[in-house]
Amino acid sequence: MSELNDLYQELILDHKRHPRNFRDMPDATRAVDGHNPLCGDQLRLFVKVVGGRVEDVSFIGVGCAISMASASMLTETVKGRTVDEAQRLFADVHDLLTNDHPHTDPAELGNLGALAGVHEYPMRVKCATLSWHTLDTALTSDEDSVTTE
Amino acid sequence: MNAIVKPRSDADWDVARVRRDFPILDQEVHGHPLAYLDNAATTQKPQSVIEAMDRYYRRDNANVHRGVHALAERATTDFEAARESVRRFINAPSAREIVFVRGTTEAINLVASSFGQGLREGDEVIITAMEHHANIVPWQLLRERTGVVLRVLPITPAGELDLEALPGLFSARTRLIALTHVSNALGTINPVRQVVAMAHEHGVPVLLDGAQAMPHMRVDVQALDCDFYAFSGHKLFGPTGIGVLYGRESLLQAMPPYQGGGEMIRTVSFEKTTFAGLPHRFEAGTPDIAGAIGLGRAIEYLEKLDWSAVMAYEHRLLEYATDRLKDIPGLRVIGEARDKVALVSFVMDDVHPHDMGTILDHRGLAVRAGHHCAMPVMTFYQVPATSRASMAFYNTVEEVDRLAAALRHARELLA
Repeated sequence: MSELNDLYQELILDHKRHPRNFRDMPDATRAVDGHNPLCGDQLRLFVKVVGGRVEDVSFIGVGCAISMASASMLTETVKGRTVDEAQRLFADVHDLLTNDHPHTDPAELGNLGALAGVHEYPMRVKCATLSWHTLDTALTSDEDSVTTE
Repeated sequence: MNAIVKPRSDADWDVARVRRDFPILDQEVHGHPLAYLDNAATTQKPQSVIEAMDRYYRRDNANVHRGVHALAERATTDFEAARESVRRFINAPSAREIVFVRGTTEAINLVASSFGQGLREGDEVIITAMEHHANIVPWQLLRERTGVVLRVLPITPAGELDLEALPGLFSARTRLIALTHVSNALGTINPVRQVVAMAHEHGVPVLLDGAQAMPHMRVDVQALDCDFYAFSGHKLFGPTGIGVLYGRESLLQAMPPYQGGGEMIRTVSFEKTTFAGLPHRFEAGTPDIAGAIGLGRAIEYLEKLDWSAVMAYEHRLLEYATDRLKDIPGLRVIGEARDKVALVSFVMDDVHPHDMGTILDHRGLAVRAGHHCAMPVMTFYQVPATSRASMAFYNTVEEVDRLAAALRHARELLA
């Protein structure tokens, strides 16, 4: 197993301590609840999609450092992107975290590359992907909630 | 911190010697000696249990209660000897009252399903606010099937049953109390004898979930005077896949079969089937023979221990661990009942239990993080999850010291 510092990188700890866009969004076009019943992580993701572009994205919730940091980094990265771009990001992050030989280069994902260390911790992958699955649900379906089970 | 007295190694309990009986404990995890502190989830198995199951599959494997060949006879003899070991261990009056099941969960489901068939809409079952999901959901399923009413005995902030509320929960329609002997999430030892006495005054039978009690104390079902007692082999230093339902014979006699199939019948025709006697009536299909034999051997191992020494040692471990952990800034112990088994549930400011679990694992410390299948307990304490260090008689003071040091490290890393 890799060093603990690969998982809890300074960037992840910073997002955990100071989550970005951690707020309610009254004028959201979609609000979806994400739930990891295994560990109790729970978040609500808000998106405001206008003309095929994610104008705003925010979240509230409780969870471990990995799930909170992942959600925080998601909001920073996805804001301002088109829906298509956001979905491609979801696919890349999913690939990076779940595939033993990902085709995605962490270096090309910017800050999100910090999540790559989670791959070495199979029990924690769902923590990191919860917000991304929630985003995917918000952008591609009518469901109001999603669970990692 | 200097005020905390480290328990001295005890002449009555040679923990180093006991640890040698459990081969799994002798290993390194991530470069550190394994400190297995997740005994409430499952316990480790002594060498003698592993050998007994190995021997069964190497020499004796056959189906039980059928066939007249030598292997079938050996398997049947050993399987029924395991039942007798269970009976002796919990002091049940008769081996007919010992039903082998998959575990505590199935034992409770058996009672909810079979005893539950005798209940009508409006009949009442009392459970408590500290139950494992295994003693909540079967009763909710019964509620859906028959319309029984569930009443829930509350708990106090210390994590004890609010016994003063119990008399008010009884009614003319109360048919059963089902409660845990020891809480898996809090460690609380419940005053079950008192609950049984109160219930019997109202003519109400009592089911005890003994999954967490059995590994920490000697249980005597006649002394407890309970009507059902359920426990799991794997939490009792035996294998997974086997568990026990003790049921008072007069109650079991009146209960309809739980599942139908082979093993549980006397004669079968397409017009009519007559059922086998106790306990086989409740054991449809080929049982977990190796599991039962393994459990029997685990019980033989436990019977050789000096239980007053075990309990005194575990109590010292609990007190030491509680003192050390409460001394850590930002740490809050969840569950501070007066009577507890050696289990400490806790939360730490700014460190989520899941991160805690990962950080401790890196130092070779195995603890459980999560809701412990007791979500109503988590709701009561307004926490999403806790970390839980649960000890057995093979854990050591040094392991507790390592836990305390790792907890301080976790706080430094994440807070």
